[in-house]
Amino acid sequence: MPSKAAIRAEAARLQAVLSEAVGGAQAIEADILQPAETLLDLYGEDIRARAYVTADPVRGERMLRPDFTVPVVQMHMESGAEPARYTYAGEVFRRQESPEPGRPAEYIQVGLEVFDRDDPAARDAEVFCAIAGALAPLRLKAAMGDIGLLAAAVSGLPLSEPRKAALMRHLWRPHRFRDLLERFAGRRAPPPARQALLDAVAAQGADAVIDAAGPVIGRRARAEIAARLAALATDAAEPPLPTRDLALIDDLLGVRATPHDALSRLHDLAVDLPALEPALARLSARLDALDAAGVDLEAVAFEASYGRTTLEYYDGFVFGFVAERGGLPPVATGGRYDALTRQLGAGREIPAVGGVIRPALVLELGGGA
Amino acid sequence: MLRLGVPSKGRLMEKTFDWFAARGVEIARTGDEREYAGHVSGVEDVRLLLLSAGEIPRELAAGRIHLGVTGTDLVREQIPGWERVVQELAPLGFGHADLVLAVPRAWVDVETPGDLDAAAAAFRAAHGHRLRIATKYHRLVRDYLRAEGVADYALVDSQGATEGTVANGTAEAIADITSSGETLRANHLRPLSTPPILRSEATLFRARGAEWSAGARAAIAALARRIGVEPGGD
Repeated sequence: MPSKAAIRAEAARLQAVLSEAVGGAQAIEADILQPAETLLDLYGEDIRARAYVTADPVRGERMLRPDFTVPVVQMHMESGAEPARYTYAGEVFRRQESPEPGRPAEYIQVGLEVFDRDDPAARDAEVFCAIAGALAPLRLKAAMGDIGLLAAAVSGLPLSEPRKAALMRHLWRPHRFRDLLERFAGRRAPPPARQALLDAVAAQGADAVIDAAGPVIGRRARAEIAARLAALATDAAEPPLPTRDLALIDDLLGVRATPHDALSRLHDLAVDLPALEPALARLSARLDALDAAGVDLEAVAFEASYGRTTLEYYDGFVFGFVAERGGLPPVATGGRYDALTRQLGAGREIPAVGGVIRPALVLELGGGA
Repeated sequence: MLRLGVPSKGRLMEKTFDWFAARGVEIARTGDEREYAGHVSGVEDVRLLLLSAGEIPRELAAGRIHLGVTGTDLVREQIPGWERVVQELAPLGFGHADLVLAVPRAWVDVETPGDLDAAAAAFRAAHGHRLRIATKYHRLVRDYLRAEGVADYALVDSQGATEGTVANGTAEAIADITSSGETLRANHLRPLSTPPILRSEATLFRARGAEWSAGARAAIAALARRIGVEPGGD
């Protein structure tokens, strides 16, 4: 394991390399203690299993930053000029529920974030190339994907808006996503008492059924229960999702090939699922931009489901670089997170793409200057 | 010397004593009611430690006791990666309790974790905050809800009178241990109709990380033979 001083020096070197690769970026700092509430609202309660939470008697719960993305986005939304390119280097903290070799609880991350409305495909390529360039001596394997493909496919399914919204909410939770799809396809029976409940509501009205069950206590109001009962009745009457569409989603998630081959397979799928077209146009433009930048795409693995469980706030392009040697976490990861800026921006948004490198791994794998 | 930790009071203590006695190992407290010391007869080289049931998982994890009797709920909640730290030697057949997720009885639309997830999404949209679930079993509940794909909830800590939190307006739902469901009913709550988060019972655990000297190994072999369980080991 390289010394902390060596890792810091390597981080500074990588930060300079990234900055130079994008024609100059502003080096920024972020607080280590972040308000827990913001991160919990964004990532959900699961983040507690992965981040250190500490109590501040005055400010409430704080979290040791699990990454820089949230503070950087907040900083940019508050004060940033557009377009903007930022780099940073510093510790991030990851709690582990059980010891995992090669996964330290604190490590230094070097990052690049690009906030720019102009030509998203070129910006995707810019960030990918900056990181690929910094890591070039290590001969890592690159992989990429695009969460936007699944989102586009869902938007094109013959489903009601509430059903689509339910799927969109769970794009990053494959288990629940699959469960919902199978339920919509009529392959999974509703709870046994569900039909009796809906019949009772139809015969007696929601109020009578709720009153017979018990008093309405707590903050979830009677009207909310009644609204969901109405939604359940509408949902029960909706025709099942055709098996053909279920198969299309499976085919999409199963696409693994070199990027250009993947694109042509996806074009085939789009014959039956035309809603994919806008996402494919973005993917195609991105591959063109990567080609133009001289990236050898034949050496890159494209997986339609890449990053679906680990890179949760990314909503478009995603990528990672891993060492041939097994057992190590990815040396670098990144992607596009337009939706995150919308959530944190209180009504404003800015297209954003970025990535991070672990300098300790760069040294361990024999890279560095 | 083999160090055996057992609950220091209440029904859990009495039932533990009965369980060992029925297998020819007499455990008794020494001195008066307030003194937490005891002795074991029927086997050699076993030292008894009377501990709070809630502390036994910690003592097992630290390897300060070789064996301990406590609830599976406490072990799984308190010890990350519990299977690598302790070994279940024998369920003892008492102290049964289920960790359940319970919602107001009036929530006729919520029967499954999937229903809870849908209700939580709508609740967050309507109220601007996540649906709050009061519990002291943070790890177990979080792991369960993650596995079930439930989002948009917040865990709020409740170390006692958890069933009252909904009526008091500090939570919308709860997750707690229940044996009969009486307290839930009295507070206008009911469990989801799906299986509980965990079915717990008093269990004899072996600490993998304790110092297993030749003496301790001989003592556990003798004790295990006497009470009719496998002595465990790696």
